[in-house]
Amino acid sequence: MFGLHDTATVDTGGDYYSLQDYQSAVPRWCPGCGDNTILSSVQKLCRDEQLPPEKTVFVSGIGCSSRFPHYMGTYGFHSLHGRALPIAQGVKIRRPDLKVFVNTGDGDCCSIGTAHWIHAIRYNFDMVVMVHDNEVYGMTKMQTSPTTPKGIKTNTTPKGAFLDPLNILQATLGISNVSFVANVVEWIPEVMYQVLQEAYHHKGFSFVRIVQRCPHFLPSIFDPLLQDPNKLLLLTDERGLKPSDDLRKIYKNERPHDPSDLDAARRIADEIDPMPIGVLYRNEDVPVYDEIRRATRVVTHDVRRQALDREFDRFAVDLA
Amino acid sequence: MTPDAGPNGTAAERKVLTLKQHVVEIVSDSGEGAQKAGQAFGTISAKMGNGIWTVEIIPAEIQPPPRSPAGASGIRVRIGSKPVTNMGDEVDLIVAFNEQALLGRLDLARFKPGATILLENKWRDHADPEIATAYGTTYARLVEEGYSVIEVPMEEICFRYVNNPQLGKNMFVLGMLCAVYNRNVDFARDTIRYIFRKKSQKVVDSNISLLNAGYEWALEHIDLSFDIPPMKDIGRQIVVNGNQAIALGVMASGMDVCAMYPITPATSASHYLSEIFENVGGVLHQAEDEIAAAAFAVGASYAGKCAVTITSGPGMSLKTEVLGLASMAEIPLVVVNVQRGGPSTGLPTKTEQGDLLQALFGTHGDAPKVVMAPATIEDCFYSVITARRIAEAFRMPVYVLSDANLATGQAPFPRPEFHAEWVAPPIDQRPVEKDTKPYDWDQKTGLSPRLVPGQPGGMYAVTGLAHTDSAKVAYTPDANQEGSRLRSLKLAALQRTLKSPTLYGDEEGDLLIVGWGSTKGAIEEAIDRVREDGGSVSALHLTFLQPLAPGIGEILKRFKRVMCVEINYSDSLEDELITEENRRYSNLSWLLRARYLVDVQNWTNVHGQPIGPGKIEEMIRENLAVLQPA
Repeated sequence: MFGLHDTATVDTGGDYYSLQDYQSAVPRWCPGCGDNTILSSVQKLCRDEQLPPEKTVFVSGIGCSSRFPHYMGTYGFHSLHGRALPIAQGVKIRRPDLKVFVNTGDGDCCSIGTAHWIHAIRYNFDMVVMVHDNEVYGMTKMQTSPTTPKGIKTNTTPKGAFLDPLNILQATLGISNVSFVANVVEWIPEVMYQVLQEAYHHKGFSFVRIVQRCPHFLPSIFDPLLQDPNKLLLLTDERGLKPSDDLRKIYKNERPHDPSDLDAARRIADEIDPMPIGVLYRNEDVPVYDEIRRATRVVTHDVRRQALDREFDRFAVDLA
Repeated sequence: MTPDAGPNGTAAERKVLTLKQHVVEIVSDSGEGAQKAGQAFGTISAKMGNGIWTVEIIPAEIQPPPRSPAGASGIRVRIGSKPVTNMGDEVDLIVAFNEQALLGRLDLARFKPGATILLENKWRDHADPEIATAYGTTYARLVEEGYSVIEVPMEEICFRYVNNPQLGKNMFVLGMLCAVYNRNVDFARDTIRYIFRKKSQKVVDSNISLLNAGYEWALEHIDLSFDIPPMKDIGRQIVVNGNQAIALGVMASGMDVCAMYPITPATSASHYLSEIFENVGGVLHQAEDEIAAAAFAVGASYAGKCAVTITSGPGMSLKTEVLGLASMAEIPLVVVNVQRGGPSTGLPTKTEQGDLLQALFGTHGDAPKVVMAPATIEDCFYSVITARRIAEAFRMPVYVLSDANLATGQAPFPRPEFHAEWVAPPIDQRPVEKDTKPYDWDQKTGLSPRLVPGQPGGMYAVTGLAHTDSAKVAYTPDANQEGSRLRSLKLAALQRTLKSPTLYGDEEGDLLIVGWGSTKGAIEEAIDRVREDGGSVSALHLTFLQPLAPGIGEILKRFKRVMCVEINYSDSLEDELITEENRRYSNLSWLLRARYLVDVQNWTNVHGQPIGPGKIEEMIRENLAVLQPA
């Protein structure tokens, strides 16, 4: 029609992946759930970076956040409660060609998976880790999580949570080998997208805590943050958040922050009000475990035979 | 006479006893090198063509209090003029660095009446009167009980060669044993050179001089000499322990990721693997905990070749949820469990076969997996290769149940020749049609090809949730029924490929002994002894515990009595409250009873020791006496 042949196509110069290529099933999260916006940002990131879907793996644990891989058009692994990180490390150890992302939650990562979280920081595998922090257990119907603010009533703390919440940014920044730590809120897509993009380009364990709304169980907990832009503090830097002018008109609380300054990052992580948003810390020089341990040779049958023969010789008791 | 004269140098002047087999033990405090001496003695004997079996005697602590019976550390070496398949029974000759360690063994291992004891005598005139008295008392007791006790001034002589005899005595002992057993001293020197290959020439020289000193001392002072004729034409052999064999099996199988967490008695497999694995592009990953090790291996398997995790009982308990995931998501995985005494921390350094039912049923829900058990050191090598192949072909976890007995036991076996088909093929990265099902189950066998990340067109999300053949979450009741059916069918498909096990002994008779794992050698030796006297007893040893090979039920029915021999706990009817109704059977007995509706008895203990053939022989004779009253 209009003079074009029916079969005419536009050559985009090889494969071009559209957003659809990263979409799979229709998400089953609640309407208004922050996980939906995280999903959109990540799909946009994959599209903009043109990640081949077959070379991309999303690994998750258990919980609302961890439904994530089901909705991606890439490879995915919806695993066990708390175990996403070691599974993701296993994926990466002999497959440096795969881009690995982890989606986990505040309970999944920072309660049942704590040992893996702490050690994953130290191993420093090259992957992006998104902690969907809604400050509550959602899938099991509203129990207190390690990040639930003190006093919040849940089904296991009807009189209010007993303890102050775990500051997971501070904890992460306290571990040896920490290499990338960021904090975002999912309801400002521009910020989340920019930071995820920085995380993706960082070589190492890129830890992004994403403050995420749970309209079902804690519908108003983030209202102060949502209603008052001054409750957020944008940390700006060339290697971190670069807010647009439009964003600056709303979020006027802004502070330049050099993400290579670990001491400053730790001080910032202590600040709760206003909540710091952006890249707190970034260090490209931390050794990456999957590189330290990468295979250094191509192993043919002959190489294997020779290696085995060397060992057999070592233990040989041939009759003299 | 110099040691250079080699074996049989002065044999003419000494009593030479020619023997079919002998059991030697060396015991000491921890850290005095008894095990090194024993292993060297075993290797030298194997080189000369003798059959050998070594068992380490390991105390629970790294540094138990010195001179304590419970702290006895050491090694048993059984030498034979035929292949040796187990640790044997009573000790014929024992070398002790102190009398307390010796007492520890006297309580645990039976000494043959009149057994020879070579005892360090430095304690006799010890400055501490308590020690001197303890030594004197024990010495008197041993002599009174009829043992042939030879006091040896080990340390005194070693002082002539080294400043710290605690670190050199073991080679002196090796020298003595070489004289007593007419070992080839050149082999001994070679072995020392090998042991200390990473040390300076000075260390090698001083150890060789200690060896020579021990050899000379024994020739002068011990008028006993044992000759155990070697075998001929045994071909090329290697001597490794079970854990080393497992590590070699991993290397030979083509697996390239092993994730583990330190746990006794499995860890030495990983020590060795960490030394050799990178030579074949492998990575040994020490994870932060047992769960992470299993999860890491599952992740590696999912994205690449089948991976392996190596652990022991408590680690298996921790890994169980991950293993259920591997079964549910159909991810190949090899899991080696070097069993130890349980439950809980149990007997960390001692042997047991108590994890069979855990292996079969440990996961919540129905999680089919393959369970196999090596019976020999050689099996440890080949079972891992087979496990990898089954895991890949059937897309499920395969458990290899070794135990502490095999882990540290050494026995020669024919040197393997590498075969290319042992090795996993490169992972498939070819594009597949869009919407290719990740579980394209064959309706008859449950088998389906595996999609690996990197394959264009195959993108899907693995899940531990009940799922359809498209890996979509199962929201209908039928989907879970169907998935469960197809995962289960894979075991039936594998079972159809297994050979019926062969019986050791006659095809039918009075008594059938059924075993699995490391007890095979002891059971068969016991059977041989009883059959020599005309006893009607046979043995059946199971390599596959899940699925069980075809034909076993039919075999069981051909015997008047079926008896499982295992190292795990079972109730005794001698306890007042125990009846046929509440009695708890041994692991394998439960399984065979449930599977074949046959009355299977059991004879078990949890002493933490390998079972010797003598005890089994006694039990068989008692049973036969009941079955065929004279």
